[in-house]
Amino acid sequence: MTKSELIEAVSQRSKITKSRAEMVVNCVFDAMTAALERGEGIEIRGYGSFTVRHYKEYDGRNPRTGKAVSVPEKRLPFFKVGKELKALVNGGTANGEGSSGDDD
Amino acid sequence: MTKAEIIDCVYEKVGGFSKKESAEVVEAVFDTMKETLAQGDKVKISGFGNFVVREKKERIGRNPQTGEPIPISARKVLTFKPSQVLKNVLNPQKAQKKKEAEAAAAAAEATGGDPGGE
Repeated sequence: MTKSELIEAVSQRSKITKSRAEMVVNCVFDAMTAALERGEGIEIRGYGSFTVRHYKEYDGRNPRTGKAVSVPEKRLPFFKVGKELKALVNGGTANGEGSSGDDD
Repeated sequence: MTKAEIIDCVYEKVGGFSKKESAEVVEAVFDTMKETLAQGDKVKISGFGNFVVREKKERIGRNPQTGEPIPISARKVLTFKPSQVLKNVLNPQKAQKKKEAEAAAAAAEATGGDPGGE
């Protein structure tokens, strides 16, 4: 699913126009990007959380040439999947791990 | 930041939604992504990143306390790969430096004229 397919799906689901759905989806990811830019974490219950991890400068290697290069310090976003989504992805239900729990 | 703040943001910036409608439409965004991922599909948000379901094979793990080997069953896990755009937003100086380095390298190549092996 791409962003435009997500917009289409949200527009149908919420019975709003595609352009409104596009504004909403952009607004959601813009807000999340801005939070990460501030170094702030994001927590979405039932989905997961994002944190910003700081990495110090280290000596790496160009994997193609094997040449030593210094990798400057950087910040990277890190996503930790939430319990509910983790279970859903693994074929479980929203309210439990793996095979336990009834539907609904 | 929590979902409540994202809802406020949609309420203020998109306009035309009540607070309740804003909450519902933000919920619809995350629910749609969840359902897609639950089906094993990936979700690609350009400018932000990709959420991808990966199949892990069974492997032998170890109880770190006792050292006892225990099988870890095959499973599906969700991974997030941030887009280069998002990474650049988090590292503005680095992105700028890289751009400059690339421009310098391109300029050097144009003037250098290294005799190629042919």
